[in-house]
Amino acid sequence: MNVITALAYLLASVLFIVSLKMLSSPKTARQGNLLGALAMLIAIVVTLLDQRILDFTYILIGLLIGSALGLIMAKNVQMTGMPQMVGVLNGFGGGASTLVAFSEYLRLSGDTSLTVWTNTSVTMDVLITIVLSLLIGTVTFVGSMVASSKLQGIMKSAPILYPMQKQTNTAMLLAVIVMGVFFVLDPSKWFLLVLIIGVSIILGVTSVIPIGGADMPVVISLMNSYSGLAGAMTGFVISNNVLIIAGTLVGTSGIILTKIMCKAMNRSLANVLFAGVGADYAAGTTTSETRTVIRYTPDDAAYMLENAQSVIIVPGYGLAVAQAQHVLQELASMLASQGALVRYAIHPVAGRMPGHMNVLLAEANEPYDLLMEMDQINDDFQNTDVALVIGANDVVNPAARTKKESPLYGMPILNVDQARTVMVVKRSLNPGFAGEDNDLFYDKKTMMVFGDAKTVVTGIVQLLKK
Amino acid sequence: MTETLMVSIYIFVLATFVGVEVISKVPPLLHTPLMSGSNAISGITIVGSLIAAGEGHGGLSVILGMVAVVFAMINVVGGFMVTDRMLKMFKKQSPKPPDSNK
Repeated sequence: MNVITALAYLLASVLFIVSLKMLSSPKTARQGNLLGALAMLIAIVVTLLDQRILDFTYILIGLLIGSALGLIMAKNVQMTGMPQMVGVLNGFGGGASTLVAFSEYLRLSGDTSLTVWTNTSVTMDVLITIVLSLLIGTVTFVGSMVASSKLQGIMKSAPILYPMQKQTNTAMLLAVIVMGVFFVLDPSKWFLLVLIIGVSIILGVTSVIPIGGADMPVVISLMNSYSGLAGAMTGFVISNNVLIIAGTLVGTSGIILTKIMCKAMNRSLANVLFAGVGADYAAGTTTSETRTVIRYTPDDAAYMLENAQSVIIVPGYGLAVAQAQHVLQELASMLASQGALVRYAIHPVAGRMPGHMNVLLAEANEPYDLLMEMDQINDDFQNTDVALVIGANDVVNPAARTKKESPLYGMPILNVDQARTVMVVKRSLNPGFAGEDNDLFYDKKTMMVFGDAKTVVTGIVQLLKK
Repeated sequence: MTETLMVSIYIFVLATFVGVEVISKVPPLLHTPLMSGSNAISGITIVGSLIAAGEGHGGLSVILGMVAVVFAMINVVGGFMVTDRMLKMFKKQSPKPPDSNK
């Protein structure tokens, strides 16, 4: 690699770091992202000028097809579908790593028809990183696609469990390692690499199917991390530092987000990955006693809100499903113009991925300074007239504080029950993802308004306009 | 162990620390764009893909390289564009404060 190429890669690496740094404020985030794109462009152009590239035909075909597909996906995806989108993109990143590693092996073999291994100068570390690249890349590709299908509803979102699941997964991982060792000892055995890819594909499926739909955000974060690691491994394979730096940045980012998600759900990563929560719990808890809730109409709700000095809105994914963000924004600004203090309380796991709810509300033109994090606003509920819960359930369930046998126990929740009045807009009394009944709905100060979030909020807005 | 590998490991470890420093400063508000944006950055495997696709040996190696270019490019273009789409929606509140007449 000549000096100019090396320096250009260094520049790209620095720009990636600056770009992520600029993501720490919504004011600079957009330029930061563009800077990241610029860094990528620099890296691509420099690579194209590399003397090793002799034929541009396949490159051009690949660049055109890939860019077109990426563009179509980015233009058409709904904001509610963002987790699936990120999952699919992760998957392609991982897939690219696998392909590059295998292609590099073919090049190193000295004879691409694989009849003989003529190369004796390949060092062991290159062979090891090829194996790791194949493993991580393939698991990322397949795992992400399975996770995305679960989120998209193509696959059943409930955990799929079978006996000896953990043991078979461990066995498969061990098998990959053993085959990897044999391959490193004798790199002419290319079929071992094919077997490693095969087992990794199965592992990608079996490691994600036991995880339930509600835990998918964690899986997506984790896959994000893997795709970065896969990139870094590819960097080891082809000895390229910009790959190592960029890949590692993404790897850490994914791990940090995974940790945040796990903390917000008060679960260990191991528990998310192996416990299959939501599969067997729901059946045991449905108590036979029938409790009654007090039903209210949108008229009652409108009256209550009109007289409220302070309102905290707690949005959940149900809001997005009903596409009620826009009309909710109208309601919020209406209440604010009447003098009430209106803010949003955003739970870390509101929506289907970290920060998802913020994007959905931003799409509805809600300014981001009204969107409060849990820690910022949790103490304010006790001084608030109305807590308006729309399409959220588990994140406001007091069982998380009290009920030891509940899967929610210990999860940090929004202190909605401390508000003077709680208003819940919900389709039905069905429990949330965790399968836990919510005592909040039966509380005397809770007003349950049943119905589709969009219909109910639109109704309230119309009543307030009068 | 070769010297190149040693340098690579150094870079890998140091980059981890940079990553933790930079990423922990990103507020939860922007975690989704962070994820899709960093995701686009992980498309840096495009560099390896381009080299693999352009080696001119023909055969399987180059075809795999081309598919890798397609995959990595979907990751890069899709990632940066969708992040931009999201980030341009984030707006600060218009000048009039909401609780001025409280």
